[in-house]
Amino acid sequence: MKILCAVKRVEDPEQKIKVKPDGSGIVLDGMNYKPNPYDEIAVEEALRIKEKQGGGEVVVVSIGDDKFVTELRHALAMGADRGILVKLATPTDSDGAARLLAKVVEREKPDLVICGRQAVDDDQAQTGQLLAEYLGWGQATFAAKVESLESAEEKSKTPGLQIEGDRVKVIREVDGGLEIVDVALPAVVTTELRLNMPRYASLPGIMKAKRKTIEEIGADTLGVDVTPKVKVLKMESPPARKGGVKVADVAALMDKLKNEAKVI
Amino acid sequence: MNFQLTPEQIALRDTARKFACEEMAPVAKGYDHTGEFPLPVIEKGFELGLMNMTLPVELGGLGLSHFEQALVVEELAGGCAGISTSMIANDLALLPILLGGSAEQKERLVKPFSEKLRFASFGLTEPGAGSDVAGLSTTAVRDGAHYVLNGSKMWITNGGHADQFSIFATVDKKAGRKGITCFVVEGRPEGLTSGPHEDKLGQRASNTVALTLENVRVPVENRIGEEGQGWEIAMATLDNSRPLTAMLAVGIGQAALEHAIAYAKERKQFGQPIANFQGIQFMIADMATELHAARLLSYEAAAQLDAGVRNTLVSSYAKRFAADTAMKVCTDAVQIFGGYGYSKEYPVEKLFRDAKLIQIYEGTSQIQRMVIARELLKG
Repeated sequence: MKILCAVKRVEDPEQKIKVKPDGSGIVLDGMNYKPNPYDEIAVEEALRIKEKQGGGEVVVVSIGDDKFVTELRHALAMGADRGILVKLATPTDSDGAARLLAKVVEREKPDLVICGRQAVDDDQAQTGQLLAEYLGWGQATFAAKVESLESAEEKSKTPGLQIEGDRVKVIREVDGGLEIVDVALPAVVTTELRLNMPRYASLPGIMKAKRKTIEEIGADTLGVDVTPKVKVLKMESPPARKGGVKVADVAALMDKLKNEAKVI
Repeated sequence: MNFQLTPEQIALRDTARKFACEEMAPVAKGYDHTGEFPLPVIEKGFELGLMNMTLPVELGGLGLSHFEQALVVEELAGGCAGISTSMIANDLALLPILLGGSAEQKERLVKPFSEKLRFASFGLTEPGAGSDVAGLSTTAVRDGAHYVLNGSKMWITNGGHADQFSIFATVDKKAGRKGITCFVVEGRPEGLTSGPHEDKLGQRASNTVALTLENVRVPVENRIGEEGQGWEIAMATLDNSRPLTAMLAVGIGQAALEHAIAYAKERKQFGQPIANFQGIQFMIADMATELHAARLLSYEAAAQLDAGVRNTLVSSYAKRFAADTAMKVCTDAVQIFGGYGYSKEYPVEKLFRDAKLIQIYEGTSQIQRMVIARELLKG
């Protein structure tokens, strides 16, 4: 089967992110970028399905400027077959991204689209859902796996999504438990953290990725209005954590919990 | 000159960095403590292509440049220098065959190492012949279609786990370096024994043993090059491997620098982070500057190899400077950590111990200076 995955370039969450003093955004100077971790999980899942089925194609798509090629190459180094870069100079919002992806999906006609549940930069968690809506497809969000953490042997092996004929069975993480849904293909699935542990881009994989194609499509050729509908008004850092206090005895503690923190 | 990395080079480095952070660093302390051989880590590294990087594609390698290997090795060394040394030991052991062997020997004695994880050891140093390589006394006596090897080798990396050995022996002790010849011992034949794992100061995860050869029979087809070519092969091997050992030093130093910076920003004395004090700032500034200089020297030594230029001089600059710099940087990192730096609770004392070895193995810092002076004063 043909699987399409969306891969977004995001600020590396491991580094310290600083908000600009005027609150208009974050400081981008010296910023490192990486593929959105949820999208890596999506690519990993697609590769596992392909490996289990013994064939098929995994296409990775990104929307952005030339720099986004790095994240596409990473997905190709993991093992995806080819990439598509929808070239867009100025950032759009979740809706714009979903509309552009819908056009790519109409052209590529995959059997399944797998997206990360959200990008770790703006944490919107909307693109997958909007995409399913625009395509008129079924969707299963927050796909997870019964085993919450994978054992070493299980790593890079079993897909969590079970393809059965023209349907896909998805285990979803919901509050307090798991829900199993069965969705008609083609469908959109978004991935939860506990679906798999993405493989490394191996050195041979990186060298092979050099020869894989990345097709570039101008966003302006897709006939979609990508003007952001959502505007970020202001960003703020969370308040600095205050130091703790020592209380004299249990009675003082009880008093503070009851009257100050109001938790008991 | 272009100092920019290509996207593939960045990707290679990122994979190595991720491997160092996720697979090596969390277990480094444990292996350092026990001295146990880190086979599970090396197996994972092998699967990811972090070994045999520069082997030609026709021998099953990745055909990466030495420069690219240097980028990867710096990252690995930051994870654990001991594990890294064991991971790159095959490169050193297979180099004599790559540099001096026939096509048939490369196919037979090198290629299998790219197909399955195995270990090969480089056997040059002896109990009585360290810096004085030409003084080695392991003998090889021709007996029909074989040579019979006798002698002992010292400080042999991965020697307890290897099943192939590149052994340097003399066919004529009186001939000095002109008698030295390189042989490949396959498997662990009768007469070849290895001693216990040495209880070392640093790089403790890397297996290091003494080897004894007692009437070990090596077929003539496992002689690399001609009789008497061993010295040349050994020196060419070390020219090749110096940029790598230099990058190991840079990687250790970089890790120490990063720990020192993080700690200096966190540690408060006199009511403020110690990073605010000029005494600490100047230490950090010098550590970073000198490390970067060492890194660039190592890059050049690797780039010369890739360009097919003789790199004896620059690779000796690189190995000497990087090893001495890493030692200095790690000493300063321990100093910035103060009492905590001296404790095994914190990571810099391990880096300090690991760095020391690079001033010693594969040509001490003093030998590098001799090579440098010889290169400059010759003719």
